[in-house]
Amino acid sequence: MLLHTINKSPFDKNTFDICISHAKKGSSILLIEDGVYAVMKGTAYEGKVKDTMKDVKVYVLGPDAKARGIDDSSIIDGIESVDYVGFVELTANHDSVQSWL
Amino acid sequence: MSDEMMDEEGGVVKKFMYVNRKAPYGTIYALESLEVVLIAAAFEQDVSLAFIDDGVYQIKKGQDTSGIDMKNFSPTYRALEMYDVEKLYVEKESMEERGLTEEDFLVPVEVLGRQDMADMMEEQDIILSF
Amino acid sequence: MKFGILVNEGPYQHQASDSAYLFIKAVLESGHEIMRVFFYHDGVNNGTRLTTPPQDDRHIANRWSELAEKNGIDLVLCVAAAQRRGIADDDEAKRHGKDASNIAPGFRISGLGQLIEAGIQSDRLIVFGD
Repeated sequence: MLLHTINKSPFDKNTFDICISHAKKGSSILLIEDGVYAVMKGTAYEGKVKDTMKDVKVYVLGPDAKARGIDDSSIIDGIESVDYVGFVELTANHDSVQSWL
Repeated sequence: MSDEMMDEEGGVVKKFMYVNRKAPYGTIYALESLEVVLIAAAFEQDVSLAFIDDGVYQIKKGQDTSGIDMKNFSPTYRALEMYDVEKLYVEKESMEERGLTEEDFLVPVEVLGRQDMADMMEEQDIILSF
Repeated sequence: MKFGILVNEGPYQHQASDSAYLFIKAVLESGHEIMRVFFYHDGVNNGTRLTTPPQDDRHIANRWSELAEKNGIDLVLCVAAAQRRGIADDDEAKRHGKDASNIAPGFRISGLGQLIEAGIQSDRLIVFGD
């Protein structure tokens, strides 16, 4: 299955929306760079993120979230935080990677 | 992902998909992405192009750049066929959102619904997005 | 596992090249291999030795050079993208009648075929861009 990466804030570009509409059941999404703003509790996107998590495993790149003032307690429950080594593992554990630029 | 195929000489043939989501001229991504596709054709890989979001504007008919001092590279998409690059997929939802139909494109394309496009992506070995 | 990396954005302007660098460090830490790093679009600007950031900031060009030196990593700037943006090695500078070259140590300039080859020969190709 594919690993999708998103690097844009959902409030800026349609990258998040277009990605989740292409992510098949069983695939994974990793939020990096400005993409990490989607993982915060209490945003207008929280519902969409939770819906996505029913079929797709969602990860966030911890160092990018931390850099932007998003601590673990403000991340939607069930989203797994990974470091760069975890990012590498995700790419290795999936068949291919689609970077939604 | 598909199992990698071998060509007649025993070389590896992978499925490469070029995902185009950006409009031409405003940024250079579309032009330089097309340059990659032209080079890639010489490597005898299984190449396909996906036009999603504003990427569909890359192949819109009637482009005329005479007023902006930039090269109109849209005719090059018509040359792809000569390089045996024949799998051009346009995402139906992206096309319709922009009020376009198949007749608006300057090359023959296959229009795929979003779910079929998602399936197509899952089959790829390499996805290049610019 | 062998990784190919594509960097599509210049240094400082966008986080893409930082993300690529940190990803590559993690690849090496994890015992995997980097087959090649290919710089395209404004990504070629990662490879100029004239970069002079403030002292309290990371030196992105030097960081790449050190990575190449310490780990023998192949850093390739796309020739067509580099020509457009004024990045030249000695041969390129001479060929185009320029008075200086500016490529940083550890980088080389080559064609887009090197990107396709990275796709064919690597187990994963990861794209970092805007």
